[in-house]
Amino acid sequence: MAWFSLLMFGFMYLPIAVLAFYSFNDSRYSTGWKGFTWKWYQLFLSDSRILTALANSLLVAGFAVAIAAVIGTLMAVGLARYRFPGKQLYQSVAYLPLIVPDISIAVATLVFLAAVAIPFSGGLVQLGLGTIIAAHVVFCLSYIAIVVSTRINALDPHLEEAALDLGATPFQAFIQVLLPELMPAIVSGCLLAFVLSLDDFLISSFTTGGGVKTLPIEIFGRIRTGVKPDINALSVILITVTGFLFALAEYLRYRTEQKRQKRFQN
Amino acid sequence: MTADSPSRQTTPQALPKWLEPFFLLMPAGLWLLLLLVLPTLLIFELSFVPGIRPGQVVNPSGLDNYFRILHPDYLPVLWRSLFFSVSTTFLTLVLGFPVAYWIALKIPKQWQNFVLLSFVLPLWTSSLLRSYAWITILRPTGVLNTALSLVKIPPLDILNREPAVLIGMTYSLLPYMVLILYAALEKLDRRLLEAASDLGATPSQAFWQVTVPQSLTGIAAGALLVFITSMGDFVNPELLGGASSMTVARLVYNQFLGVTQNWGFGSALSMILTLVVSIAIALLLKYGDRSAASGV
Repeated sequence: MAWFSLLMFGFMYLPIAVLAFYSFNDSRYSTGWKGFTWKWYQLFLSDSRILTALANSLLVAGFAVAIAAVIGTLMAVGLARYRFPGKQLYQSVAYLPLIVPDISIAVATLVFLAAVAIPFSGGLVQLGLGTIIAAHVVFCLSYIAIVVSTRINALDPHLEEAALDLGATPFQAFIQVLLPELMPAIVSGCLLAFVLSLDDFLISSFTTGGGVKTLPIEIFGRIRTGVKPDINALSVILITVTGFLFALAEYLRYRTEQKRQKRFQN
Repeated sequence: MTADSPSRQTTPQALPKWLEPFFLLMPAGLWLLLLLVLPTLLIFELSFVPGIRPGQVVNPSGLDNYFRILHPDYLPVLWRSLFFSVSTTFLTLVLGFPVAYWIALKIPKQWQNFVLLSFVLPLWTSSLLRSYAWITILRPTGVLNTALSLVKIPPLDILNREPAVLIGMTYSLLPYMVLILYAALEKLDRRLLEAASDLGATPSQAFWQVTVPQSLTGIAAGALLVFITSMGDFVNPELLGGASSMTVARLVYNQFLGVTQNWGFGSALSMILTLVVSIAIALLLKYGDRSAASGV
């Protein structure tokens, strides 16, 4: 059992190790080791198309996550707090992007933009970064809301009531009592959404236009035309960065977990 | 909510009570309506229009697009998609169960989280780059064949074929399976296993008659998640499968961004993909335990 599990660990890390190995290998085509080099990293860092695509991706992820964090948190609080006719429907629509394949959402968004949004807005809506962001907000929203709502369910419902009884306005109670309690969940939801947005290829490529490329679109185009050592270098950098974000998200979760346990002990 | 605590009405700048739910639920609701509900309804309508190309306006007229899937050119694509998903589900289950079992029952409690997280860490890397890494490994002069030639085994030509897609999908989805199985196995009551062995059960009897039934909900939830995710997978079949491994997701992509566009047919395919996923979820809700469904 232990041996088999270690083998599976090897399986999980093999592709990453292979990418890292070739990103330092001083040969374009060879499978064998031809000496250490930084040149693929230099090549990648001086490649303006990749850097523009990276900037686009960061912009999309940043804006989409920021919008989704606000409206997703409001939605999670609203869904936890109110009963209303059609709540079941609202809830299933809100979490639909977690289940429905990306490709289905991507084509639907494209058709909607091409057939409704662009003609009806008189050309005000144009395919490009704006439409990519709008489409990314949809799935970011679902992921952030689901992380936040698990936290709300674990909260003491009397906290906010106490604040209200002590004379806080609902707005003050929300900002000063509920929001700080939810913050760790919001942050880890945002990190998750950020990584998913950075990784998204399908929805971006269906909602982009005017030659705007995000990083996955650029990478996809290059992989199609063969193996490129500078892509190896890019992978290693991306893997390091996302690995760091992941560790950060886990650390934040761990720390709040510890805090909560301490509070219970006191 | 205590609706009538007296302090609440005293502050004039507070939102009126009935406005609160609108303030909380309206922004996300509008966004979802515009960019998820309307588009999906539109695709549904479009799926009844045969032979539509971008820019054309035609009235919905029938089920032609759905019947087209039964055409001998396209039916194998549907079967292949199902084959990939079922095989991936099976492979991740067989490979993932021992790992989840090992982490949940053999690793000391305080290390379990760390070991589990390091197992799923590769999940956080770009899916395109993971497929790309498999190209590097599986291509004719790649890592795998170089390693095989060292031990005098003839090279395997699996890139751009179905095995490569299965490897890529299994690799991508194994972490999800392990996460869900771990959650189920971690709750396993160990006293039952001790009781089984005290009563004379062999380890394999204990495994099949105690461990497996106890973790059945986790198995069902993990299988469902892997099945629906692999049904919609585009990147692995596209990059690792070559021309021979056309799947429904790739076919949909081609109907919209490919050379021969047909939005009506693409919409019908997309609806079918959603339908297959919904059937899988409905089956789980009907036959599975409710806790398994909420695990997804």
